[in-house]
Amino acid sequence: MKVELEADRCVASGQCVLAAMDVFDQDDDGIAILLDEQPAVEHLDGVREAVAICPAAAIRLVDQ
Amino acid sequence: MRRVVVVGASAAGLAAAETLRREGHDGTLTLVGDEPLAPYDRPPLSKHLLAGEWEPERLTLRTPDDLAGLDLDLRLVVAATGLRLTDGTVQLADGSTVPYDGLIVATGVRPRHLPGQGGHVLRTLDDAVRLRDRLTPGRRLVVVGAGFLGAEAAAVAWRLGCEVTLLEPAPVPLAHAVGTQVGELLTRAHLERGVDLRCGVTVTEVTESGVRLADGELVDADEVLIAVGSLPNTDWLDGSGLTVGDGVVCDEYCAAARNVYAAGDVARWYNPLFGRSMRIEHRTNAAEQGMAAARHLLNPDGRKPFAPVPYFWSDQYDMKIQAYGFLRGHDEVAIVDGDLTERRFVAAYRTGDRVTGALAVGMPPRAIRQWRQAIASGTNWLEAVGGQVARAREAVN
Repeated sequence: MKVELEADRCVASGQCVLAAMDVFDQDDDGIAILLDEQPAVEHLDGVREAVAICPAAAIRLVDQ
Repeated sequence: MRRVVVVGASAAGLAAAETLRREGHDGTLTLVGDEPLAPYDRPPLSKHLLAGEWEPERLTLRTPDDLAGLDLDLRLVVAATGLRLTDGTVQLADGSTVPYDGLIVATGVRPRHLPGQGGHVLRTLDDAVRLRDRLTPGRRLVVVGAGFLGAEAAAVAWRLGCEVTLLEPAPVPLAHAVGTQVGELLTRAHLERGVDLRCGVTVTEVTESGVRLADGELVDADEVLIAVGSLPNTDWLDGSGLTVGDGVVCDEYCAAARNVYAAGDVARWYNPLFGRSMRIEHRTNAAEQGMAAARHLLNPDGRKPFAPVPYFWSDQYDMKIQAYGFLRGHDEVAIVDGDLTERRFVAAYRTGDRVTGALAVGMPPRAIRQWRQAIASGTNWLEAVGGQVARAREAVN
């Protein structure tokens, strides 16, 4: 599974970091940064949570 | 559980549907929505869409493939008109009846109106497109209500070159929600740009040429935006047996009845983190609560109370406002980081002896995150603010 982040949609809420801090971080303006495009299985639940609660719908998890 | 119905096809309903599928529901999944569109995102309506930066297609929450993957019985352009708990059916406006074993109510809110003719509201994509097309340079826009929605729209219209008048009944906009100091800061942001923000005025009527105030004055406008709050969409539940009172009344699990849950703007549930019932009109809560409702419906024995720290953000001019917690009804506000006058600060909110909210403007993420954590863990106020409270304090009431 691959994570896609559309950073120009990001509203800097940081919800993704709260859900999966091994996969996401924020820059100084709060804009989300993708740390790991292909996270290990144990992080996928957190990523799915991030996809669901991202208030900007900026994150997708896609099959490869 | 073979048949699940989710009524409401916006953020909460979509999150519920996705969670149901992800967590094992392989029976029928009906998603009912009264708008003609696939689920789309509302926060950009008063921001990017109104500003003309985004086209409507960009608001779609999921790709057609993602939606197809959910194998939905999707019923769009049809409202739910009734619910019978006794025989487990939802009635739809097209005359059909949909049976369910489990139900999630996510019907959202609708804008409050004012007496009179005309005026815009801003809730749906149609509303936003209609207003956007009229916000051309030099047009005179009157916005009634300087809450977050009205203030965002005013800021966008100003940027588009409109002459903006913002009318607010309270002496200080948003003071009840964010405190007087922060409310005054927002006031100054409008006034500095030449937006005619007038507080303490009551609009009694929308007319063909503007609005009428309680003192009889007429304020001329080419366009009027009414942003005076929302009402939960619960009329269709009349007579259903569900308890309704400013929203669908739920317990701490978001349950409204056996196998019936509510989520999103329409749900009034007991949040044990704050020890009170609340109804939250925030985008993030809609998704989180939709997920929780779906999980609880599928796995009633594994339920955990839904106890989130609410989060919202608002964009106004060059300011991004972010807030965590439940700020309304607070007893005290303290600036705990940064500087209010420089518009770079964190304000903390006390209710009783606990920190219950935090609001930040222009601060890096980590400065805010620690306050979210303090709210989530119910930290004592004095312990949370420590020595940081000296600079600016504001007692409310």
